[in-house]
Amino acid sequence: MVAPPATSVRPTGSAIQPSAPVVVFENVSIAFEGNQVLNGISFHLGRGATKAIFGVAGSGKSTILKLTLGLIKPDSGRIVVLGEDVTQMREEDLFELRRRIGMVFQESALFDSMTVRENVAFRLLEEGDIPEDEIEKRVREVLSFVELENTIDKFPSELSGGMRRRVAIARAIIAQPQLLLYDSPTGGLDPVTSTTIIQLIVKQRDVYKTSSLLVTHRLQDAFMMATHYFDRKANEMRPLPPEMHSEVPISFIVLKDGKIIFDGDVQELAHTKDEYIREYIS
Amino acid sequence: MEFLSPSEFAKEKVQAVQDYAILAGQSLANLFRYPRYFGDMVQQADLIGFGSLPVVVLTGGFTGAVLTLNSANSLQRFGSLSLLGQLVSVGMVRELGPVLTGLMVAGRNASGMASELGSMIVTEQIDAMRALGTDPLKKLVTPRVVSTVFMLFFLTIISDLLGLIGGSLFATLLLGQDYHQYWSSAWQILQFQDVFMGLVKPVFFGFLIATIGCYYGMFARGGTQGVGRATTQAVVASSLMIIVSDLILTKFLMAIFGYR
Repeated sequence: MVAPPATSVRPTGSAIQPSAPVVVFENVSIAFEGNQVLNGISFHLGRGATKAIFGVAGSGKSTILKLTLGLIKPDSGRIVVLGEDVTQMREEDLFELRRRIGMVFQESALFDSMTVRENVAFRLLEEGDIPEDEIEKRVREVLSFVELENTIDKFPSELSGGMRRRVAIARAIIAQPQLLLYDSPTGGLDPVTSTTIIQLIVKQRDVYKTSSLLVTHRLQDAFMMATHYFDRKANEMRPLPPEMHSEVPISFIVLKDGKIIFDGDVQELAHTKDEYIREYIS
Repeated sequence: MEFLSPSEFAKEKVQAVQDYAILAGQSLANLFRYPRYFGDMVQQADLIGFGSLPVVVLTGGFTGAVLTLNSANSLQRFGSLSLLGQLVSVGMVRELGPVLTGLMVAGRNASGMASELGSMIVTEQIDAMRALGTDPLKKLVTPRVVSTVFMLFFLTIISDLLGLIGGSLFATLLLGQDYHQYWSSAWQILQFQDVFMGLVKPVFFGFLIATIGCYYGMFARGGTQGVGRATTQAVVASSLMIIVSDLILTKFLMAIFGYR
Protein backbone atom coordinates (compact mmCIF):
# COMPACT_ATOMS: atom_id res chain seq x y z
CA MET A 1 0.00 0.00 0.00
CA VAL A 2 1.19 3.50 -0.74
CA ALA A 3 0.79 6.48 1.51
CA PRO A 4 -2.64 8.06 1.45
CA PRO A 5 -3.04 11.37 -0.36
CA ALA A 6 -2.13 14.27 1.85
CA THR A 7 -3.09 17.28 -0.23
CA SER A 8 -6.77 16.62 -0.74
CA VAL A 9 -9.10 19.28 0.54
CA ARG A 10 -12.22 18.53 2.50
CA PRO A 11 -15.29 20.30 1.17
CA THR A 12 -16.75 23.04 3.30
CA GLY A 13 -20.17 24.54 3.62
CA SER A 14 -21.84 21.75 5.55
CA ALA A 15 -24.76 22.88 7.65
CA ILE A 16 -24.21 20.00 10.07
CA GLN A 17 -23.00 20.64 13.64
CA PRO A 18 -19.81 18.77 14.67
CA SER A 19 -21.71 16.65 17.20
CA ALA A 20 -24.86 16.11 15.11
CA PRO A 21 -25.46 12.73 13.45
CA VAL A 22 -24.47 12.54 9.79
CA VAL A 23 -27.46 10.38 8.84
CA VAL A 24 -30.79 10.14 10.66
CA PHE A 25 -33.63 7.80 9.63
CA GLU A 26 -36.91 8.46 11.47
CA ASN A 27 -39.70 5.95 11.04
CA VAL A 28 -38.97 5.44 7.33
CA SER A 29 -41.21 3.18 5.25
CA ILE A 30 -41.19 2.32 1.58
CA ALA A 31 -43.02 -0.23 -0.55
CA PHE A 32 -42.50 -1.31 -4.14
CA GLU A 33 -45.56 -2.55 -6.05
CA GLY A 34 -47.37 -3.44 -2.83
CA ASN A 35 -44.33 -5.17 -1.30
CA GLN A 36 -43.37 -3.47 1.98
CA VAL A 37 -39.56 -3.32 1.83
CA LEU A 38 -38.87 -1.02 4.80
CA ASN A 39 -41.43 -0.64 7.57
CA GLY A 40 -40.85 2.22 9.97
CA ILE A 41 -37.09 1.93 10.43
CA SER A 42 -35.14 4.41 12.56
CA PHE A 43 -31.41 4.73 13.19
CA HIS A 44 -28.68 7.31 13.16
CA LEU A 45 -25.05 7.41 12.08
CA GLY A 46 -22.63 9.54 14.07
CA ARG A 47 -19.84 11.66 12.61
CA GLY A 48 -16.76 9.55 11.79
CA ALA A 49 -18.63 6.32 12.51
CA THR A 50 -19.34 3.33 10.29
CA LYS A 51 -22.58 1.38 10.31
CA ALA A 52 -22.71 -2.02 8.65
CA ILE A 53 -26.15 -3.10 7.43
CA PHE A 54 -26.92 -6.82 7.20
CA GLY A 55 -29.90 -8.66 5.85
CA VAL A 56 -30.86 -11.35 3.41
CA ALA A 57 -31.27 -10.55 -0.30
CA GLY A 58 -34.26 -8.27 -0.86
CA SER A 59 -34.38 -7.08 2.76
CA GLY A 60 -33.94 -3.44 1.72
CA LYS A 61 -30.24 -2.90 2.41
CA SER A 62 -29.47 -1.17 -0.88
CA THR A 63 -32.78 0.72 -0.62
CA ILE A 64 -31.48 2.38 2.57
CA LEU A 65 -28.45 3.70 0.64
CA LYS A 66 -30.60 4.95 -2.24
CA LEU A 67 -32.92 6.66 0.25
CA THR A 68 -29.92 8.26 1.95
CA LEU A 69 -28.79 9.71 -1.38
CA GLY A 70 -32.31 10.84 -2.23
CA LEU A 71 -32.28 8.67 -5.38
CA ILE A 72 -35.70 7.40 -4.23
CA LYS A 73 -38.20 8.95 -1.83
CA PRO A 74 -39.76 7.11 1.11
CA ASP A 75 -43.52 6.65 1.38
CA SER A 76 -43.38 8.02 4.91
CA GLY A 77 -40.84 9.07 7.51
CA ARG A 78 -37.97 11.53 7.56
CA ILE A 79 -34.34 11.20 6.46
CA VAL A 80 -31.78 13.82 7.44
CA VAL A 81 -28.38 13.64 5.75
CA LEU A 82 -25.57 16.07 6.60
CA GLY A 83 -28.14 18.30 8.27
CA GLU A 84 -30.53 18.40 5.31
CA ASP A 85 -33.94 16.75 5.14
CA VAL A 86 -33.65 14.80 1.87
CA THR A 87 -37.33 13.81 1.96
CA GLN A 88 -38.32 17.46 1.49
CA MET A 89 -35.68 18.46 -1.07
CA ARG A 90 -36.20 19.01 -4.78
CA GLU A 91 -34.05 16.93 -7.16
CA GLU A 92 -32.28 20.13 -8.23
CA ASP A 93 -31.16 20.80 -4.64
CA LEU A 94 -30.26 17.17 -4.02
CA PHE A 95 -27.47 17.39 -6.63
CA GLU A 96 -25.67 19.88 -4.39
CA LEU A 97 -25.97 17.58 -1.37
CA ARG A 98 -24.86 14.50 -3.34
CA ARG A 99 -21.59 16.24 -4.21
CA ARG A 100 -20.72 15.90 -0.51
CA ILE A 101 -21.47 12.17 -0.50
CA GLY A 102 -19.57 9.32 -2.16
CA MET A 103 -21.25 6.11 -3.24
CA VAL A 104 -19.73 2.80 -4.32
CA PHE A 105 -22.34 0.82 -6.24
CA GLN A 106 -22.83 -2.95 -6.03
CA GLU A 107 -21.67 -3.55 -9.61
CA SER A 108 -19.32 -0.52 -9.58
CA ALA A 109 -21.51 1.38 -12.11
CA LEU A 110 -18.48 2.84 -13.86
CA PHE A 111 -19.19 4.79 -17.05
CA ASP A 112 -18.25 2.18 -19.64
CA SER A 113 -17.57 4.64 -22.45
CA MET A 114 -15.06 6.58 -20.33
CA THR A 115 -11.50 5.67 -19.32
CA VAL A 116 -10.51 5.12 -15.70
CA ARG A 117 -9.10 8.68 -15.66
CA GLU A 118 -12.39 10.16 -16.90
CA ASN A 119 -14.43 8.03 -14.51
CA VAL A 120 -12.40 9.01 -11.47
CA ALA A 121 -12.18 12.66 -12.52
CA PHE A 122 -15.90 12.88 -13.37
CA ARG A 123 -16.94 14.85 -10.32
CA LEU A 124 -14.01 17.26 -10.58
CA LEU A 125 -14.61 17.78 -14.31
CA GLU A 126 -18.24 18.59 -13.53
CA GLU A 127 -17.12 21.36 -11.19
CA GLY A 128 -15.84 23.11 -14.30
CA ASP A 129 -13.40 25.48 -12.56
CA ILE A 130 -10.62 23.13 -11.48
CA PRO A 131 -7.44 23.39 -13.60
CA GLU A 132 -6.60 20.31 -15.67
CA ASP A 133 -3.23 19.73 -14.02
CA GLU A 134 -4.87 19.85 -10.58
CA ILE A 135 -7.44 17.26 -11.74
CA GLU A 136 -4.70 15.04 -13.16
CA LYS A 137 -2.75 15.28 -9.90
CA ARG A 138 -5.76 14.35 -7.78
CA VAL A 139 -6.74 11.49 -10.09
CA ARG A 140 -3.24 10.00 -9.86
CA GLU A 141 -3.19 10.56 -6.10
CA VAL A 142 -6.47 8.76 -5.53
CA LEU A 143 -5.61 5.97 -7.98
CA SER A 144 -2.35 5.38 -6.13
CA PHE A 145 -4.45 5.22 -2.92
CA VAL A 146 -6.30 2.24 -4.43
CA GLU A 147 -3.10 0.98 -6.12
CA LEU A 148 -4.37 1.29 -9.67
CA GLU A 149 -2.29 4.10 -11.11
CA ASN A 150 -1.22 1.92 -14.03
CA THR A 151 -4.83 1.51 -15.23
CA ILE A 152 -5.44 5.23 -15.76
CA ASP A 153 -5.91 4.99 -19.53
CA LYS A 154 -7.84 1.73 -19.56
CA PHE A 155 -11.58 1.29 -20.03
CA PRO A 156 -13.68 -0.43 -17.32
CA SER A 157 -14.23 -3.42 -19.62
CA GLU A 158 -10.46 -4.07 -19.54
CA LEU A 159 -10.40 -4.37 -15.73
CA SER A 160 -11.18 -7.29 -13.43
CA GLY A 161 -14.17 -7.16 -11.04
CA GLY A 162 -11.94 -6.27 -8.08
CA MET A 163 -10.14 -3.55 -10.02
CA ARG A 164 -13.47 -2.05 -11.11
CA ARG A 165 -14.58 -1.98 -7.48
CA ARG A 166 -11.35 -0.17 -6.51
CA VAL A 167 -11.82 2.37 -9.32
CA ALA A 168 -15.36 2.92 -8.01
CA ILE A 169 -13.92 3.60 -4.55
CA ALA A 170 -11.40 6.03 -6.08
CA ARG A 171 -14.25 7.81 -7.90
CA ALA A 172 -16.24 8.03 -4.67
CA ILE A 173 -13.43 9.46 -2.53
CA ILE A 174 -11.74 11.86 -4.97
CA ALA A 175 -13.73 14.86 -3.73
CA GLN A 176 -13.18 13.79 -0.08
CA PRO A 177 -16.86 13.34 0.74
CA GLN A 178 -18.24 13.77 4.25
CA LEU A 179 -20.21 10.54 3.96
CA LEU A 180 -19.43 7.34 2.07
CA LEU A 181 -22.01 4.74 1.09
CA TYR A 182 -20.76 1.26 0.15
CA ASP A 183 -23.24 -1.08 -1.52
CA SER A 184 -21.87 -4.64 -1.17
CA PRO A 185 -18.33 -3.56 -2.09
CA THR A 186 -17.01 -7.12 -1.81
CA GLY A 187 -19.97 -8.91 -3.38
CA GLY A 188 -18.90 -11.52 -5.92
CA LEU A 189 -15.18 -11.09 -5.23
CA ASP A 190 -12.65 -13.71 -4.13
CA PRO A 191 -11.46 -13.60 -0.47
CA VAL A 192 -8.09 -12.03 -1.28
CA THR A 193 -9.60 -9.22 -3.34
CA SER A 194 -12.33 -8.76 -0.73
CA THR A 195 -9.68 -8.23 1.93
CA THR A 196 -7.97 -5.64 -0.28
CA ILE A 197 -11.28 -3.77 -0.64
CA ILE A 198 -11.97 -3.93 3.11
CA GLN A 199 -8.44 -2.66 3.77
CA LEU A 200 -9.21 0.36 1.55
CA ILE A 201 -12.44 1.01 3.42
CA VAL A 202 -10.67 0.76 6.80
CA LYS A 203 -7.92 3.04 5.48
CA GLN A 204 -10.51 5.62 4.43
CA ARG A 205 -12.25 5.29 7.81
CA ASP A 206 -9.10 5.61 9.94
CA VAL A 207 -7.13 8.08 7.84
CA TYR A 208 -9.91 10.50 6.86
CA LYS A 209 -12.46 9.63 9.60
CA THR A 210 -15.17 9.59 6.95
CA SER A 211 -18.60 8.52 8.16
CA SER A 212 -19.91 5.57 6.20
CA LEU A 213 -22.82 3.21 5.70
CA LEU A 214 -21.73 -0.24 4.53
CA VAL A 215 -24.21 -2.69 3.07
CA THR A 216 -22.96 -6.24 3.00
CA HIS A 217 -24.06 -9.80 3.40
CA ARG A 218 -20.50 -10.92 4.21
CA LEU A 219 -20.30 -10.92 7.97
CA GLN A 220 -16.56 -11.60 7.93
CA ASP A 221 -15.97 -8.25 6.18
CA ALA A 222 -17.78 -6.31 8.87
CA PHE A 223 -16.04 -8.25 11.66
CA MET A 224 -12.69 -7.55 10.02
CA MET A 225 -13.54 -3.86 9.98
CA ALA A 226 -14.53 -4.06 13.66
CA THR A 227 -11.36 -5.81 14.74
CA HIS A 228 -8.71 -4.09 12.62
CA TYR A 229 -7.26 -0.61 12.24
CA PHE A 230 -5.16 1.01 9.58
CA ASP A 231 -1.55 1.55 10.57
CA ARG A 232 -0.40 4.63 8.64
CA LYS A 233 3.28 4.05 9.38
CA ALA A 234 3.27 0.45 8.19
CA ASN A 235 0.69 1.39 5.55
CA GLU A 236 -1.36 -1.72 6.14
CA MET A 237 -4.36 -3.00 8.09
CA ARG A 238 -3.51 -4.60 11.45
CA PRO A 239 -5.55 -6.47 14.05
CA LEU A 240 -6.52 -4.66 17.24
CA PRO A 241 -6.08 -6.26 20.65
CA PRO A 242 -9.50 -7.61 21.82
CA GLU A 243 -9.77 -5.03 24.64
CA MET A 244 -9.69 -2.25 22.03
CA HIS A 245 -12.46 -3.62 19.81
CA SER A 246 -15.03 -1.42 21.52
CA GLU A 247 -13.05 1.68 20.51
CA VAL A 248 -13.57 1.08 16.79
CA PRO A 249 -16.38 3.39 15.66
CA ILE A 250 -18.46 0.70 13.98
CA SER A 251 -21.94 -0.56 14.73
CA PHE A 252 -24.27 -3.06 13.08
CA ILE A 253 -27.85 -3.14 11.88
CA VAL A 254 -29.70 -6.34 11.00
CA LEU A 255 -32.83 -6.10 8.84
CA LYS A 256 -35.65 -8.62 8.80
CA ASP A 257 -39.08 -8.28 7.20
CA GLY A 258 -38.58 -4.56 6.65
CA LYS A 259 -37.71 -3.84 10.28
CA ILE A 260 -34.47 -3.36 12.20
CA ILE A 261 -34.17 -6.29 14.61
CA PHE A 262 -30.70 -5.38 15.85
CA ASP A 263 -28.76 -2.13 16.21
CA GLY A 264 -25.60 -2.35 18.30
CA ASP A 265 -21.83 -2.86 18.42
CA VAL A 266 -19.72 -5.94 17.70
CA GLN A 267 -19.84 -7.22 21.29
CA GLU A 268 -23.62 -6.97 21.46
CA LEU A 269 -23.90 -8.69 18.09
CA ALA A 270 -21.57 -11.51 19.13
CA HIS A 271 -23.55 -12.10 22.36
CA THR A 272 -27.08 -11.64 21.07
CA LYS A 273 -29.71 -14.17 22.12
CA ASP A 274 -31.92 -13.59 19.08
CA GLU A 275 -32.26 -16.94 17.28
CA TYR A 276 -32.52 -15.40 13.81
CA ILE A 277 -29.39 -13.28 14.30
CA ARG A 278 -27.46 -16.17 15.84
CA GLU A 279 -28.33 -18.29 12.84
CA TYR A 280 -27.39 -15.42 10.51
CA ILE A 281 -23.96 -14.85 12.04
CA SER A 282 -23.11 -18.51 12.58
CA MET B 1 -47.02 -11.73 -20.85
CA GLU B 2 -48.80 -10.00 -17.98
CA PHE B 3 -52.43 -8.95 -18.57
CA LEU B 4 -53.57 -5.69 -17.03
CA SER B 5 -57.06 -4.56 -16.13
CA PRO B 6 -58.38 -1.73 -18.36
CA SER B 7 -58.00 0.81 -15.56
CA GLU B 8 -54.41 -0.31 -14.84
CA PHE B 9 -53.63 -0.17 -18.55
CA ALA B 10 -55.09 3.36 -18.81
CA LYS B 11 -53.17 4.49 -15.72
CA GLU B 12 -49.95 3.10 -17.18
CA LYS B 13 -50.47 4.95 -20.45
CA VAL B 14 -51.36 8.24 -18.73
CA GLN B 15 -48.27 7.84 -16.53
CA ALA B 16 -46.13 7.24 -19.64
CA VAL B 17 -47.48 10.39 -21.31
CA GLN B 18 -46.83 12.36 -18.11
CA ASP B 19 -43.27 11.02 -17.83
CA TYR B 20 -42.60 11.85 -21.48
CA ALA B 21 -44.03 15.36 -21.10
CA ILE B 22 -41.86 16.02 -18.05
CA LEU B 23 -38.72 14.72 -19.80
CA ALA B 24 -39.45 16.76 -22.94
CA GLY B 25 -40.22 19.90 -20.91
CA GLN B 26 -37.09 19.48 -18.77
CA SER B 27 -34.92 18.99 -21.83
CA LEU B 28 -35.99 22.44 -23.04
CA ALA B 29 -35.97 24.12 -19.62
CA ASN B 30 -32.38 22.95 -19.10
CA LEU B 31 -31.30 25.23 -21.95
CA PHE B 32 -31.81 28.11 -19.52
CA ARG B 33 -30.04 26.48 -16.57
CA TYR B 34 -26.38 25.93 -15.69
CA PRO B 35 -24.28 23.96 -16.38
CA ARG B 36 -24.68 23.77 -20.16
CA TYR B 37 -22.80 20.95 -21.80
CA PHE B 38 -21.56 22.52 -25.07
CA GLY B 39 -18.86 19.86 -25.47
CA ASP B 40 -21.45 17.09 -25.29
CA MET B 41 -23.67 18.99 -27.75
CA VAL B 42 -20.83 19.19 -30.29
CA GLN B 43 -20.02 15.51 -29.79
CA GLN B 44 -23.66 14.53 -30.28
CA ALA B 45 -23.97 16.82 -33.29
CA ASP B 46 -21.05 14.98 -34.84
CA LEU B 47 -22.54 11.57 -34.07
CA ILE B 48 -26.09 12.45 -35.10
CA GLY B 49 -25.43 14.90 -37.91
CA PHE B 50 -22.23 13.88 -39.60
CA GLY B 51 -22.89 10.22 -38.85
CA SER B 52 -26.27 10.38 -40.58
CA LEU B 53 -24.93 12.18 -43.64
CA PRO B 54 -24.35 9.12 -45.88
CA VAL B 55 -27.83 7.71 -45.31
CA VAL B 56 -29.45 11.12 -45.78
CA VAL B 57 -27.50 11.82 -48.98
CA LEU B 58 -28.48 8.46 -50.46
CA THR B 59 -32.11 8.75 -49.38
CA GLY B 60 -32.45 12.29 -50.76
CA GLY B 61 -30.75 11.49 -54.06
CA PHE B 62 -32.67 8.30 -54.77
CA THR B 63 -36.01 9.78 -53.65
CA GLY B 64 -35.57 12.72 -56.03
CA ALA B 65 -34.68 10.32 -58.84
CA VAL B 66 -37.62 7.99 -58.27
CA LEU B 67 -39.99 10.94 -57.86
CA THR B 68 -38.79 12.17 -61.26
CA LEU B 69 -39.39 8.80 -62.90
CA ASN B 70 -42.88 8.38 -61.46
CA SER B 71 -43.95 11.97 -62.09
CA ALA B 72 -42.60 12.00 -65.64
CA ASN B 73 -44.83 9.09 -66.54
CA SER B 74 -47.96 10.95 -65.39
CA LEU B 75 -46.94 14.35 -66.74
CA GLN B 76 -46.14 12.93 -70.19
CA ARG B 77 -49.77 11.84 -70.56
CA PHE B 78 -50.84 15.50 -70.29
CA GLY B 79 -47.92 16.83 -72.30
CA SER B 80 -46.63 18.69 -69.27
CA LEU B 81 -43.17 17.20 -68.85
CA SER B 82 -41.79 20.74 -68.53
CA LEU B 83 -43.41 20.92 -65.09
CA LEU B 84 -41.22 18.09 -63.84
CA GLY B 85 -38.79 20.39 -62.02
CA GLN B 86 -41.67 22.11 -60.22
CA LEU B 87 -43.18 18.86 -59.06
CA VAL B 88 -39.91 17.41 -57.76
CA SER B 89 -38.99 20.71 -56.14
CA VAL B 90 -42.26 21.21 -54.25
CA GLY B 91 -42.52 17.52 -53.35
CA MET B 92 -39.00 17.34 -51.96
CA VAL B 93 -38.85 20.67 -50.17
CA ARG B 94 -42.31 20.65 -48.62
CA GLU B 95 -42.82 17.01 -47.85
CA LEU B 96 -40.45 14.23 -48.83
CA GLY B 97 -37.20 15.87 -47.77
CA PRO B 98 -38.23 16.59 -44.16
CA VAL B 99 -40.25 13.39 -43.65
CA LEU B 100 -37.80 10.92 -45.18
CA THR B 101 -34.79 12.58 -43.53
CA GLY B 102 -36.69 12.48 -40.24
CA LEU B 103 -37.50 8.80 -40.67
CA MET B 104 -33.90 7.95 -41.56
CA VAL B 105 -32.52 9.89 -38.59
CA ALA B 106 -35.17 8.33 -36.34
CA GLY B 107 -34.17 4.84 -37.43
CA ARG B 108 -30.52 5.53 -36.88
CA ASN B 109 -30.49 7.80 -33.83
CA ALA B 110 -33.66 7.21 -31.78
CA SER B 111 -32.56 3.57 -31.56
CA GLY B 112 -29.02 4.61 -30.64
CA MET B 113 -30.20 6.95 -27.91
CA ALA B 114 -32.65 4.40 -26.46
CA SER B 115 -30.07 1.62 -26.39
CA GLU B 116 -27.26 3.79 -25.01
CA LEU B 117 -29.34 5.37 -22.24
CA GLY B 118 -31.18 2.10 -21.59
CA SER B 119 -27.88 0.29 -21.06
CA MET B 120 -26.78 3.04 -18.70
CA ILE B 121 -30.03 2.65 -16.74
CA VAL B 122 -29.79 -1.13 -16.32
CA THR B 123 -26.11 -0.96 -15.29
CA GLU B 124 -26.89 1.78 -12.72
CA GLN B 125 -24.69 4.30 -14.57
CA ILE B 126 -27.52 6.86 -14.54
CA ASP B 127 -27.94 6.38 -10.77
CA ALA B 128 -24.16 6.74 -10.42
CA MET B 129 -24.33 10.01 -12.36
CA ARG B 130 -27.08 11.30 -10.07
CA ALA B 131 -25.09 10.10 -7.06
CA LEU B 132 -22.09 12.09 -8.33
CA GLY B 133 -24.23 15.23 -8.30
CA THR B 134 -24.85 15.47 -12.04
CA ASP B 135 -28.33 15.81 -13.55
CA PRO B 136 -28.59 13.11 -16.29
CA LEU B 137 -31.28 15.13 -18.07
CA LYS B 138 -28.88 18.07 -18.39
CA LYS B 139 -25.84 15.96 -19.23
CA LEU B 140 -27.40 13.32 -21.49
CA VAL B 141 -30.85 14.36 -22.74
CA THR B 142 -30.59 18.09 -23.46
CA PRO B 143 -27.42 17.82 -25.62
CA ARG B 144 -29.08 15.05 -27.68
CA VAL B 145 -32.26 17.09 -28.17
CA VAL B 146 -30.40 20.28 -29.13
CA SER B 147 -28.03 18.44 -31.49
CA THR B 148 -30.80 16.46 -33.20
CA VAL B 149 -32.95 19.56 -33.79
CA PHE B 150 -29.97 21.54 -35.06
CA MET B 151 -28.54 18.83 -37.29
CA LEU B 152 -31.84 17.58 -38.70
CA PHE B 153 -32.52 21.10 -39.96
CA PHE B 154 -29.32 21.07 -42.03
CA LEU B 155 -29.61 17.41 -43.00
CA THR B 156 -33.05 18.22 -44.45
CA ILE B 157 -31.59 21.04 -46.56
CA ILE B 158 -28.92 18.63 -47.84
CA SER B 159 -31.55 15.98 -48.54
CA ASP B 160 -33.73 18.50 -50.45
CA LEU B 161 -30.76 19.57 -52.54
CA LEU B 162 -29.68 16.00 -53.24
CA GLY B 163 -33.27 15.14 -54.19
CA LEU B 164 -33.30 17.95 -56.74
CA ILE B 165 -29.89 16.91 -58.09
CA GLY B 166 -30.99 13.26 -58.32
CA GLY B 167 -34.15 14.38 -60.14
CA SER B 168 -32.21 16.61 -62.52
CA LEU B 169 -29.81 13.80 -63.42
CA PHE B 170 -32.65 11.46 -64.34
CA ALA B 171 -34.67 14.21 -66.04
CA THR B 172 -31.79 15.25 -68.30
CA LEU B 173 -29.93 11.98 -68.86
CA LEU B 174 -32.86 9.56 -69.03
CA LEU B 175 -35.83 11.68 -70.08
CA GLY B 176 -33.94 14.14 -72.27
CA GLN B 177 -35.28 17.24 -70.55
CA ASP B 178 -33.31 20.47 -70.77
CA TYR B 179 -31.09 20.97 -67.72
CA HIS B 180 -31.79 24.74 -67.49
CA GLN B 181 -35.53 24.26 -67.89
CA TYR B 182 -35.60 21.72 -65.03
CA TRP B 183 -33.69 23.95 -62.64
CA SER B 184 -35.43 27.20 -63.52
CA SER B 185 -38.89 25.64 -63.10
CA ALA B 186 -37.77 23.96 -59.87
CA TRP B 187 -36.46 27.28 -58.55
CA GLN B 188 -39.33 29.52 -59.69
CA ILE B 189 -42.14 27.46 -58.22
CA LEU B 190 -40.70 27.64 -54.71
CA GLN B 191 -42.23 30.36 -52.56
CA PHE B 192 -41.33 31.48 -49.09
CA GLN B 193 -44.12 29.44 -47.51
CA ASP B 194 -42.92 26.23 -49.21
CA VAL B 195 -39.41 26.64 -47.88
CA PHE B 196 -40.74 27.72 -44.49
CA MET B 197 -42.98 24.64 -44.26
CA GLY B 198 -40.10 22.41 -45.26
CA LEU B 199 -37.78 23.87 -42.65
CA VAL B 200 -40.21 24.10 -39.73
CA LYS B 201 -40.95 20.40 -39.91
CA PRO B 202 -37.40 19.14 -39.18
CA VAL B 203 -37.31 21.28 -36.04
CA PHE B 204 -40.38 19.46 -34.70
CA PHE B 205 -39.26 16.09 -36.02
CA GLY B 206 -35.81 16.48 -34.46
CA PHE B 207 -37.36 17.30 -31.10
CA LEU B 208 -39.68 14.27 -31.34
CA ILE B 209 -36.89 11.88 -32.39
CA ALA B 210 -34.54 12.89 -29.57
CA THR B 211 -37.12 13.14 -26.79
CA ILE B 212 -38.77 9.83 -27.72
CA GLY B 213 -35.40 8.06 -28.06
CA CYS B 214 -34.23 9.45 -24.72
CA TYR B 215 -37.58 8.72 -23.03
CA TYR B 216 -37.52 5.03 -23.98
CA GLY B 217 -33.87 4.82 -22.90
CA MET B 218 -34.35 6.57 -19.57
CA PHE B 219 -37.39 4.44 -18.73
CA ALA B 220 -35.98 1.10 -19.93
CA ARG B 221 -36.63 -1.74 -17.48
CA GLY B 222 -35.91 -5.46 -17.51
CA GLY B 223 -32.21 -5.88 -18.28
CA THR B 224 -30.83 -6.42 -21.76
CA GLN B 225 -34.20 -7.67 -23.02
CA GLY B 226 -35.76 -4.43 -21.78
CA VAL B 227 -33.10 -2.39 -23.59
CA GLY B 228 -33.84 -4.25 -26.82
CA ARG B 229 -37.56 -3.61 -26.36
CA ALA B 230 -36.92 0.07 -25.62
CA THR B 231 -34.82 0.39 -28.79
CA THR B 232 -37.55 -1.09 -30.99
CA GLN B 233 -40.27 0.98 -29.34
CA ALA B 234 -38.23 4.17 -29.76
CA VAL B 235 -37.89 3.64 -33.52
CA VAL B 236 -41.56 2.67 -33.98
CA ALA B 237 -42.90 5.52 -31.81
CA SER B 238 -40.65 8.21 -33.27
CA SER B 239 -41.37 7.13 -36.87
CA LEU B 240 -45.09 7.05 -36.18
CA MET B 241 -45.01 10.43 -34.47
CA ILE B 242 -43.16 11.93 -37.45
CA ILE B 243 -45.91 10.74 -39.81
CA VAL B 244 -48.74 11.87 -37.52
CA SER B 245 -47.19 15.22 -36.64
CA ASP B 246 -46.41 15.80 -40.33
CA LEU B 247 -50.11 15.66 -41.15
CA ILE B 248 -51.01 18.00 -38.28
CA LEU B 249 -48.17 20.42 -39.09
CA THR B 250 -48.95 20.43 -42.79
CA LYS B 251 -52.64 21.17 -42.15
CA PHE B 252 -51.75 23.84 -39.60
CA LEU B 253 -49.15 25.57 -41.79
CA MET B 254 -51.38 25.40 -44.85
CA ALA B 255 -54.13 27.09 -42.86
CA ILE B 256 -51.69 29.81 -41.78
CA PHE B 257 -50.46 30.43 -45.32
CA GLY B 258 -53.95 30.30 -46.83
CA TYR B 259 -53.47 27.15 -48.92
CA ARG B 260 -56.65 25.39 -49.93
